[in-house]
Amino acid sequence: MLKAQNITYSVGNKVLLDNVSVDFEAGKLHLIIGPNGAGKSTLIKVLCNQLQLKSGSVYYGNHNSMHLSISEQARMRAVLSQNIELAFPLTVKEIVMMGRYPHFTGQPTSKDEIACEDAMRFFDVIDMANRNYMTLSGGEKQRVHFARVVAQIWYPVTDQFRYLILDEPLTFLDVHYQFDFMHKLIELLKHKDIIIVGVVHDLNLAAKFADNIVLLHQGKLLASGNRDFVLSAKNIKTAYQLEPVIHYHEENMYLFF
Amino acid sequence: MNKQNKPYKGTFLILTILLTVVLLLSMKYGAVNISIGEVFSSMHNYFQSSDDLSLNERIFLQIRLPRAILCVFVGATLAVGGVLMQALFRNPIVEPGLVGTSSGAAFGAALYFVLGSLFKFNAGEWTLPLAACAGGILSTSLVFLLSRSKQTGRSSIIALLLTGIAINALFMSGVGFLSYIARDPQARSITFWNLGTLSGANWHSVIIIGTVTILCIIIALRYAKQLNALMIGEEEAQYLGINIKQLKLIILLINVTMVAIATAFVGVIGFIGLIVPHVLRMMNGSDNRGLIINGALLGAILLSVSDLTARLLLSPAELPIGIVTSVIGVPVFIILLRRKNYFF
Repeated sequence: MLKAQNITYSVGNKVLLDNVSVDFEAGKLHLIIGPNGAGKSTLIKVLCNQLQLKSGSVYYGNHNSMHLSISEQARMRAVLSQNIELAFPLTVKEIVMMGRYPHFTGQPTSKDEIACEDAMRFFDVIDMANRNYMTLSGGEKQRVHFARVVAQIWYPVTDQFRYLILDEPLTFLDVHYQFDFMHKLIELLKHKDIIIVGVVHDLNLAAKFADNIVLLHQGKLLASGNRDFVLSAKNIKTAYQLEPVIHYHEENMYLFF
Repeated sequence: MNKQNKPYKGTFLILTILLTVVLLLSMKYGAVNISIGEVFSSMHNYFQSSDDLSLNERIFLQIRLPRAILCVFVGATLAVGGVLMQALFRNPIVEPGLVGTSSGAAFGAALYFVLGSLFKFNAGEWTLPLAACAGGILSTSLVFLLSRSKQTGRSSIIALLLTGIAINALFMSGVGFLSYIARDPQARSITFWNLGTLSGANWHSVIIIGTVTILCIIIALRYAKQLNALMIGEEEAQYLGINIKQLKLIILLINVTMVAIATAFVGVIGFIGLIVPHVLRMMNGSDNRGLIINGALLGAILLSVSDLTARLLLSPAELPIGIVTSVIGVPVFIILLRRKNYFF
């Protein structure tokens, strides 16, 4: 389980996160939503130990994240951040292999090679393995990074959960690949030791796929839980200042604005 | 499959052969041409510790051979320094000279030459390299601290390069000042530094630079994988388990040490560190392990060829080598700048 407890984070006198506590259980897809500036990316950075906290703590299983070294974290947790810019030309395979860096010293083992190839196959980029990353389209690049982060946590870690943290992973993807990606996340979650936390903007996608939705508003936790509870007309009105029309069809929930 | 994984291995073989050829040429040709027979006889006599060496044999052993070997080490140092700096700053147009290391080192060395007798400090034959190192560390840290943004605490590449220009100008005028107040023989050696020369090569400098170069390259190789991870960004590299602060510090230290000590003995030689990594990246991709290994070889070849040119063009007089590397390097640099849209 991944736990954020009483997180408060501010820059200057602007409070970006105000006493936020959330639990992310294993085997579930957790999606964080909220309007721009609600603190979604800040919460992701806090979960990933990128920010110095004034108060509150993050727990990976039983371990306070402060007591985990950078390399311990990297062996059990993969993070996909926004806007990755490459400094030099690399092949797709070289980038995916970076996901295995926390697991080997010197040269990659055959286990690392296999993880790479399987992850590339999983995200349908194996045919581009030897292509220059710089020549790929935005969506293709994004899928390469999916393969990289998933390769990083391809094998179970002894006595630990595996964590996959995604900051707006659906940018650059067309509808087909957005759905495809969400289905793949659900497939990954068949491994009960995996915890996936992601930030998305599309409320309908969250309603369709999330096991647990976390709604942030002005740095505070507005609601968290299942879609029917979190995506209520009242909550959405508060967060987005828009009145939604909510429609149910064959167990699916649809929001119209 | 394996071959595809390591495209730099074929290049390594070719470069090794090329280096051997260039090394032989640079031993043979110069103000005095030395035959291959004399090369072997001098080696033979040396190991027999025989005293009756001919003039040519003496020239070979005491001047030509150390100079050729020094070229190899200095070329390797400059190129590997370029590889490391480019990887660290995630930018292909950076070289050690641009962030102030060389000019700081030249200043430290000039200080030692002109005012060294005033200071009590003396570390024997390591005094000059230490003075150059101190100067290099001073100037490089100045560039770093001054280019750092107040808000983010990071140096943007444009701030870094502009600060580098300013600090370079400052330290080079410091060198100018020292040469102005210096008495004649010292002054001449200072002017030579601004343009670089390997004419002062001897076994003493070969041993110092050789030791430092080999050690630094071995350490740099250990960090090749971490530098690779840096290519996708600092934050991402951390998520891959890399301690960025530590990595930056170590790479900077290695780089400053290597470049400063080389500069102390041969002066400021530009553009090798810029061109070599770029050429290799076009050939074999960006894997830093390959870039470090082959960079050392290609840097050695380029500097040896440049030195040979510097010796032969106006023979028996000699051109400063910095002029030769600039004549080759400036057009390449400009082509690189114009061909690609580097984002700053």
